[in-house]
Amino acid sequence: MKYDVMLCKITEKKQLTGDVFDLTVEAGPLAEAARPGQFAQIYVPGKTLRRPISICGIDRTTKTLRFVFQIRGEGTAWLAETKTGDSLDILAPLGTGYDLGDTRRKAVFVGGGIGVPPLLEAAKPFGENATAVLGFRDKGNVILKEDFEKNGNRVQIATDDGSCGHHGLVTDLLKDLDFDIIFACGPTPMLKAVCKLAAERKVPCQISLEERMACGIGACLGCACRLRKDGREYYGHVCKDGPVFASENVVWEG
Amino acid sequence: MADLKVTVAGVELQNPLIAASGTFGFGREFAEFYPLRTLGGISCKGITLKERPGNPPPRIAETPGGMLNAVGLQNPGVDHFIKKDLPWLREQGTAVIANIAGNTPEEYCEMAEKLSDTSIDMIEMNISCPNVKQGGVQFGTSCTGVESITAAVRKHCQKPLMVKLSPNVSDISEIAAAAESAGADAISMINTLTGMRIDIQTRRPIIRNNTGGLSGSALLPVAVRMVNQVYRRVKIPIVGMGGISKWQDAVEMLLAGASALQIGTVLFSDPYAPVKIASGLNEYLDRNRIAKVSDLTGQVQLW
Ligand SMILES: Cc1cc2nc3c(=O)[nH]c(=O)nc-3n(C[C@H](O)[C@H](O)[C@H](O)COP(=O)(O)OP(=O)(O)OC[C@H]3O[C@@H](n4cnc5c(N)ncnc54)[C@H](O)[C@@H]3O)c2cc1C
Ligand SMILES: Cc1cc2nc3c(=O)[nH]c(=O)nc-3n(C[C@H](O)[C@H](O)[C@H](O)COP(=O)(O)O)c2cc1C
Ligand code: FES
Repeated sequence: MKYDVMLCKITEKKQLTGDVFDLTVEAGPLAEAARPGQFAQIYVPGKTLRRPISICGIDRTTKTLRFVFQIRGEGTAWLAETKTGDSLDILAPLGTGYDLGDTRRKAVFVGGGIGVPPLLEAAKPFGENATAVLGFRDKGNVILKEDFEKNGNRVQIATDDGSCGHHGLVTDLLKDLDFDIIFACGPTPMLKAVCKLAAERKVPCQISLEERMACGIGACLGCACRLRKDGREYYGHVCKDGPVFASENVVWEG
Repeated sequence: MADLKVTVAGVELQNPLIAASGTFGFGREFAEFYPLRTLGGISCKGITLKERPGNPPPRIAETPGGMLNAVGLQNPGVDHFIKKDLPWLREQGTAVIANIAGNTPEEYCEMAEKLSDTSIDMIEMNISCPNVKQGGVQFGTSCTGVESITAAVRKHCQKPLMVKLSPNVSDISEIAAAAESAGADAISMINTLTGMRIDIQTRRPIIRNNTGGLSGSALLPVAVRMVNQVYRRVKIPIVGMGGISKWQDAVEMLLAGASALQIGTVLFSDPYAPVKIASGLNEYLDRNRIAKVSDLTGQVQLW
């Protein structure tokens, strides 16, 4: 099985900030098949389209998956209202996740806001070889710091208003770090800056992209993104070719 | 167990449920869920003579009861389809329908010729794609356009020829009659209804193409009405689609006049929908002691 639809029982639910929630579900074979950086399509009753949410944690012993999401509209607001014991209709695991390679390398995980969750599981096998550089609006919006520390990762925080950690951008913090590979997820301006820095330092960089999705499996061609391969540009698809891409293959548009 | 077999333009389908063009790719992704032989057939993603890159993103927007799409006929071209996708599809034990679109009548004819030399079961001529400047829709919105393109392709097509109609017209039954008189073996309908959604923060349309095609449940009553209009106007069989998401919708579409059905947008919320609809249809027929599904076609009793 590559992916399938399953009714998954919520075993744990927490509120992390004013609008960010943390759900763990029993996912059986979906949890066994999942890899860091992949995502799930969660059904919202009455909606035509499922909502794509990254897999934040994979526990193969309890066969559970963890999702951390922010309320952005009706679908995520519904998801925030669910309770422990409820079941979610989940299509997972989807897409191509992070290619971790040699986890003895010095890795840096760069996350911005609600882009942080998919990095957590990817950073785990790197332990103390990884530094998580996480950016948030302010102290009240900081999420998953302790979780990265539990991974054994070093953690550095940046906030827009300086209320926690460095006052400024995550890319400021990267300047003083030494690393062999970058993994990143977050808002487009942050990703662009990180890709630029990776190119300057000539280190490989993998970034996770978002696009509006319908099928989630590569059939409808709805989630196009501009890619480059062997000097030729074309539209690839975030749900199948990604969501994780090598930075040099992504063409930034508009 | 009722008889779910139907025949459309001489092609026998094991059940009336066909995956709708553009929602099912070339089948591979859905074969992860169930064997494709559980379907009556597959209408493949629309193909063109030459590869097309498709439209820039965003290509999708959700709407009340449906969605807009402007994929823009991204596809690898007819030759690639014949070489790389058709052989695999052929092994799946279901009817395979090639959906074609072109910029000129010559392109349609050339594709029909190429496909006539293959094992394809049927050709669905899309003269109704609203998302590309020359997606054939200019042929699909006038009777003379439909008549001339259908007649031209007919001459080059050795396979059963189904013409897919656009709902973005003033009288769809006249368009259907034009296709029939020019030699179409079947009608499929409806394609998407053109729509727009606007992001109220940015004041920009959500879809980069500005407009997109509306599909999903919101389309069902429009599709049922149009299928019935066309059923009363032409003799050739109709493959009905537009917003079918459960077996009850399928029964409605059959009663309106469809001989077979295509299932599209519901696949995005439930990839197993065709399997569920087939079993619901079967139970409905058994419960009502109807021997075969084809007995439902056109049986609506109008007031
Ligand atoms: C691969 C991937 C992984 C994601 N992972 C996470 C995650 O881990 N945590 C999290 O909080 N959010 C994540 N998102 C964003 C999340 O999918 C959207 O916030 C969510 O779909 C909004 O739905 P809504 O109904 O609340 O909002 P609405 O605005 O009402 O949604 C309307 C439509 O637009 C789509 N849409 C809106 N915003 C986005 C967006 N940013 N990306 C894609 N589609 C969107 C919706 O899916 C829906 O179809 C991810 C998106 C992608 C593509
Ligand atoms: C994402 C998407 C892509 C589509 N692409 C095609 C296409 O390439 N050719 C075509 O004839 N119809 C295409 N359609 C239209 C469908 O085949 C169908 O006519 C329409 O969606 C109505 O049915 P539904 O409501 O069950 O989806 C597409 C629809 C969607 C949603
Ligand atoms: S969402 Fe259908 S191809 Fe990506």
